[in-house]
Amino acid sequence: MTVSPGRLRIVRPLEWARPVPPVLREVLTATPEADEHRPPVLFVHGFGHGAWVFGEHWLEHTAGRGFPAHALSLRGHGGSGAARRATLRAYTHDVVQVASALPRRAVLVGHGAGALIVAAALARYPARAAVLVAPVLGGPAELGAALRRNPAGTLPAAFGAPLRLSRAQLFSRELPDAAAREYTGRLGRAGTLAQWQLLAHRDPGPPVGEPPVLVVGSPDDRVVPVSALTGAARRYGGAPLLFPGMGHDLMLDTRWAEPIDAILDWLDKSGAP
Amino acid sequence: MDNGAGSREDSQRLAYEGMLLSTQYDGPVSDRGGTVCVIGAGAAGLTTVKNLLEHGFEVDCYERETGVGGAWNWRHDRSPVYASTHLISSKPFTQYPDFPMPDSWPDYPHHSLLLSYFERYTDHFDLRPHIWFGTEVVRVAPAEHGHWDVTTRSAAGGGRGGGQRTTRYGAVVVANGHNWSPKMPAYEGMSGYAGKVIHASAYKDSAQLRGRRVLVVGAGNTGCDIAVEAAQQAAACWHSTRRGYWYAPKYVLGRPADQVNDLALALRTPLRLRQWVYHRLLRLTVGDLTRFGLPRPDHKVYETHPIANSQLVYYVGHGAFTPVPEVARFHRYGVELTDRRVIEPDLVVLATGYLPRFEFLAPELLDSDEHGRPRLHLHAFARQHPTLAVVGLLQPDSGLFTLMHWQAVAVARWLRLREAQPARAEQVWAAVRGEGDRRWTGARVKDSSRHWFEIGHVDYLRALQHTLDDLAVAA
Repeated sequence: MTVSPGRLRIVRPLEWARPVPPVLREVLTATPEADEHRPPVLFVHGFGHGAWVFGEHWLEHTAGRGFPAHALSLRGHGGSGAARRATLRAYTHDVVQVASALPRRAVLVGHGAGALIVAAALARYPARAAVLVAPVLGGPAELGAALRRNPAGTLPAAFGAPLRLSRAQLFSRELPDAAAREYTGRLGRAGTLAQWQLLAHRDPGPPVGEPPVLVVGSPDDRVVPVSALTGAARRYGGAPLLFPGMGHDLMLDTRWAEPIDAILDWLDKSGAP
Repeated sequence: MDNGAGSREDSQRLAYEGMLLSTQYDGPVSDRGGTVCVIGAGAAGLTTVKNLLEHGFEVDCYERETGVGGAWNWRHDRSPVYASTHLISSKPFTQYPDFPMPDSWPDYPHHSLLLSYFERYTDHFDLRPHIWFGTEVVRVAPAEHGHWDVTTRSAAGGGRGGGQRTTRYGAVVVANGHNWSPKMPAYEGMSGYAGKVIHASAYKDSAQLRGRRVLVVGAGNTGCDIAVEAAQQAAACWHSTRRGYWYAPKYVLGRPADQVNDLALALRTPLRLRQWVYHRLLRLTVGDLTRFGLPRPDHKVYETHPIANSQLVYYVGHGAFTPVPEVARFHRYGVELTDRRVIEPDLVVLATGYLPRFEFLAPELLDSDEHGRPRLHLHAFARQHPTLAVVGLLQPDSGLFTLMHWQAVAVARWLRLREAQPARAEQVWAAVRGEGDRRWTGARVKDSSRHWFEIGHVDYLRALQHTLDDLAVAA
């Protein structure tokens, strides 16, 4: 049911000759009270965020529904080790390392640019299923949208400065100002190389193991246009699941419970466990 | 990697006896339809089971031991590992490409880590329900329509009909390993020798060498490892080699040596240039080995199976062992070498390697030649039988598990193509049958009893890449 983007390549000299250097990784975990043999869910944050964005609501909620829940901080983010020169390949390595260390085959959930990392990780790890939440898969169209909506935060990034996302891009108006200020204050930055790679990067290759892929987003997301959501969903042979009235950071917005419940319902139904 | 004996599972198996079909053999045959039979649950068998399941096949895997890991499980009686066995290729080359070894592991993990790696792989992908432990495959014979009758017996023995049962499968993948059947050289007078002679497969721990006078025969990676241990433990040590070799250090230029080499390969550096650089590097570090009494190599690097051992040259430089030429014959109390010298060891360790063996298969099924060497397409596909394949029968210049994984994917894709698009599969098959034997080595490899399945990992994977592209089921 998935459409293979690109061709499977098995000669990987760069990965053999120059393995990604190890780094200390922060992983937050919420464990369900009883083991119901559901697959573990691994959450991957977007650029500038950290494992903490899932630690606020989604981790506990996921565990409450019987799924072992984990969130990692990519290198250079949150509590993980510093990595100024990190690339998409290094981030992908971080995700695959954490996923393969889990006791069972994991479900990967990527948010924002973390969805691009998940898409790349799917080519290196046979995930049980994957969910792309408000996916930033990169490319000129998304750059155009970001430049229109937040020129002051986006333009300097083209010259190596951190990519800055504004409150209006990330959250709906329903979120109290104090919370929004606290969240935006905690944002960090991704590696400069990785930021550039958002614009131009190699196709990650087809997912291994043909996992079912779900795309979730909001038509009122001011980072990812609806056209990008439908495009991403079509790539994996489906239609996006939409939650109107929410900002880009669905896991922090006031109505955070709706998308995560829909994701877990889909996992239950898709036969993934 | 071995197949082998069980008990409890057998009773569960009785459930299938309702499907008894024919009595072609001494017992009834239960038909498992299109299910694929995998023989062995070692490194090759596990990745075969996992990839077949991923491609939608039902799988029955038979393992003669009671655990996974095959050769890498030191508890298994056929395991060749000794206490100090470490990987000789670094992690990125060795791991399964979709299940990386943890970052916290060293570049060259110990065999006990390898076993935990296979156990985690098994549990992560939930393979155990598909493996029949303690069950040995005794015969694999072709049945009609490309199906196979697989006769198994409980390795514990006993039970009804000698505990044997025959099951019919849609395809068979052999993954029984090739490092368990010792290759014993026949030296004149060896049987009358007063000292102890063991094969390296019986070498488990350096305590066996302590205080003894040891002769180690063979310059494979095992022979060199044992020579290094004997240099540290034994009262005296000789290391006998047939010719001079290049002893590659495990680290050069601040990185694992194979990673440096692959960077050169990635840049498509010509073989001659790589050989020249390699010779320069060795000359700049350990220098001319003949001053230690080691024979001068009669070949260039990359022309024999690589030996990765940083310690051998170190210990010979400390006089901790004596390099000697080949063994000519054994006397009652001594060993005569080809230079007519006689030495008097009390323990001889024959690190002369292993030979592949497929005792449950008639040789012609694998097109084996008079020396018992199977002649398979890509060292994996039987040319006369489209539903018979071998995974893991490779002697690569790098790690093996990566290559096994892609072999398994190719086998799974092939079997799926046969089901999904029989006409296209027929075309691919016709091309394969027409193709002659090929070698996938950059340099011309010196002759030895194993050189025929020696491959260069990049050349081999490039060939496998073409096959995988051919076998992709069109959407």
